[in-house]
Amino acid sequence: MQMPVPRADVIAQRARLFEQLRAVLPDEAVIVDPTETRAYECDGLTAYRCPPLAAVLPATTAEVAAVLRICHAAGVPVVPRGAGTSLAGGALPTADCVILGVARMRDVLETDYANRFIRVQTGRTNLSVTGAVEADGFFYAPDPSSQLACAIAGNIAMNSGGAHCLKYGVTTNNLLGVTLVQMDGTVVEIGGPFMDAGGLDLLGVICGSEGQLGVVTEATLRILPKPEGARPVLIGFDANEVAGACVSDIIKAGILPVAIEFMDRPCIRATEAFAHAGYPDCEALLIVEVEGSDAEIDEQLGLIRQIAERHNPVEFRESQSEEEARKIWLGRKSAFGAMGQINDYICLDGTIPVSELPHVLRRIGELSKQYGLDVANVFHAGDGNMHPLILFDANKPGDLETCEAMGAEILKLCVEVGGCLTGEHGVGVEKRDLMSVQFAQADLEAQMRVKDVFDPMWLLNPAKVFPLAASEGRRG
Amino acid sequence: MRPQTEAELAEAVRGAAGPLVVRGGGTRGIGRPVAGEVLETGGLSGVTLYEPGALTLVARAGTPLAEVEAVLAAEGQRLPFEPMDHRGLLGQGGEPTLGGMVAANASGPRRVQAGACRDSLIGVRFVDGRGAVVKNGGRVMKNVTGYDLVKLMAGSWGTLGVLSEVAFKLLPAPESAATLVFDGLDSVQAVEMFAAALGSPFEVNGAAHLPDGRSVLRVEGFASSVTYRAGALGRHLARFGAPGVLDSEESAALWVSVRDVAPFHNGGGDVWRLSVKPTDAPGLVAKAGGEALYDWGGGLVWLRVAVGTDLRGALGGFQGHATLVRASADTRRALAPFQPEPAPVAALTQGLRAKFDPRGILNPGLME
Repeated sequence: MQMPVPRADVIAQRARLFEQLRAVLPDEAVIVDPTETRAYECDGLTAYRCPPLAAVLPATTAEVAAVLRICHAAGVPVVPRGAGTSLAGGALPTADCVILGVARMRDVLETDYANRFIRVQTGRTNLSVTGAVEADGFFYAPDPSSQLACAIAGNIAMNSGGAHCLKYGVTTNNLLGVTLVQMDGTVVEIGGPFMDAGGLDLLGVICGSEGQLGVVTEATLRILPKPEGARPVLIGFDANEVAGACVSDIIKAGILPVAIEFMDRPCIRATEAFAHAGYPDCEALLIVEVEGSDAEIDEQLGLIRQIAERHNPVEFRESQSEEEARKIWLGRKSAFGAMGQINDYICLDGTIPVSELPHVLRRIGELSKQYGLDVANVFHAGDGNMHPLILFDANKPGDLETCEAMGAEILKLCVEVGGCLTGEHGVGVEKRDLMSVQFAQADLEAQMRVKDVFDPMWLLNPAKVFPLAASEGRRG
Repeated sequence: MRPQTEAELAEAVRGAAGPLVVRGGGTRGIGRPVAGEVLETGGLSGVTLYEPGALTLVARAGTPLAEVEAVLAAEGQRLPFEPMDHRGLLGQGGEPTLGGMVAANASGPRRVQAGACRDSLIGVRFVDGRGAVVKNGGRVMKNVTGYDLVKLMAGSWGTLGVLSEVAFKLLPAPESAATLVFDGLDSVQAVEMFAAALGSPFEVNGAAHLPDGRSVLRVEGFASSVTYRAGALGRHLARFGAPGVLDSEESAALWVSVRDVAPFHNGGGDVWRLSVKPTDAPGLVAKAGGEALYDWGGGLVWLRVAVGTDLRGALGGFQGHATLVRASADTRRALAPFQPEPAPVAALTQGLRAKFDPRGILNPGLME
């Protein structure tokens, strides 16, 4: 994977840069020692690493603005970093960049139940936003798998989703306002504790812009009342196609589950060996979760059972207790960990129209044979967001490259059937060079013009999202 | 001009000699009046893809909304955001189109639970001010590939591009609905009641306080669930009095009137739309005077005031924004219909306009 050549002039001037940064931040918030900057050399996409010139950890919006003003004046690229859990390399540094981490900005600034919002500093983790309001019966809906660790800043940058977004939407549907610091240090307030934009929907384009338009330091998030209850069922099938048809029938019946998760046989076997959740040994299984009062849950599950039975399930397991509900989710939630135990893997994130599920799974099976690498499928079936895990051996020369080539084939397939490259992880560096598969030049041009407005010098996370050849004339 | 294809639309924009007035069905005469050649999108019509099992629909931008609603109703589905029909309020004719609805980000009472038009919009194709065709998003409901220009186009009133195609995620239409009606609450008590209702787990998806003094809450879903939740809400809100209950049919009629701000259709006056923090709403209304309809649990206020009133002047600073929706063309020239933005935000807005429409020909000035 190619990255821009680090700017020698920036690196040569580093002593002066460090001095300027130390003038606006406490000493411990400016990290320049090469043994310490290594902690920032990669994010969740660990195959690629590069220590930054420096890492800074400001504690306030004013400090963020001061850092950005300095870097702007000196022409130094800045890579914003939330908790560093990106699977797409969104926070991967270059050797000439300053990593701007929000890890010290974790405060809750305001909680307002009457108006149902919370305002936080964006270094706060996703789960601890819910943690701040759950005792009062509320929660923050987007729930990426990494929610224990990932920061709101990164959630906003990538427009993160999660298992429950079929009902509650993704980050952009739950974000009301941001404090954004532009690369030149200008601080802007966009949106707030009200429900729409007065002019152009700038908030909508900031969310999901992968840290390329500004650094979001504070966010106003919509919080929701917790449901009375929730209960999952597990349904096993003897073919992927049948499971796919069942998903479609559930949706057409007017039921809106909060989650519909899908696992195929390789994934079921691996997680079963790891987590012992007691899953049936079958070709495909669905976990469907519904919410409401006990009676409402019973009614919805009754309908789901009727629909499932038309598809001859090999298993229909309702949970009769908290413990059984936990076990139904256990395998799904440990799927990624389980795969990591047996192999190195890369996790894809393409989305497809739900109707294309059987075809795409069949093609993935064929590609798996062709490339000689195993694939396990686990994904959000209700919205077509797939997570094929391609297994490889990092110690075997050439295996990673084979794996990436196969991943690219699968993502092209997703686009070909009417879907997209990434449903919730973001483009980062991982899918950057595939953007031209999904978008024509005019489409990319329109997006890059947005960056031209927010960051005319292209200093913020410049080597991400757009193919390097497409952004070349814009980057310094 | 009335192009019949996206290519003709692009050609029309590319060849335009001066300002264009972009028009879907011509049902929303909102914003600063624009002079120019009319460019209609009604020729670009028809549903191009509908997959009920995937809850998605794609249609050309000039497709009449009524046509799409009929197609969805046949499968027991609907657009989640309950788009407002502005004709009654503005005294206009015409037929609302999907593109016009998106350009206005038209969202009704259900916005409080199901999101706005922009939240259901998952893909767009549009022609920018240079005449280039641009696509963004797609037909799948989870998509973070590249920047989200879909949201940017929603509510941009045709000033960044002319929509040619739009894609939505849908929801199942509910089997049943009920509305709780509380009498005798003043606006402060009503907003307090809304906070208690919307903060409960009973999935309220409509919360409005009407000029006639009624405060109404809606629940929708399977019949037994609606009965259960209506009862549970009544108990949860007992301190606000014993509510009356409207059945599905009465409920539907009431919420159409809330959605379309029916109480202000007749009787004149300018009408403003305020988007605010719900608990701020009663105080702002008291400060401004006039007659108010509160929707979105108080987060949206429709305010009828005397013709020519400078509402923003009367309100002073507040969190949110005020849009002048109904007024004479002269008033809409004199008072900025859209809330003026703070300098750094205005700079971003101007920058985006200059990039998407460098010649300044798409509904120029409409949002200023």
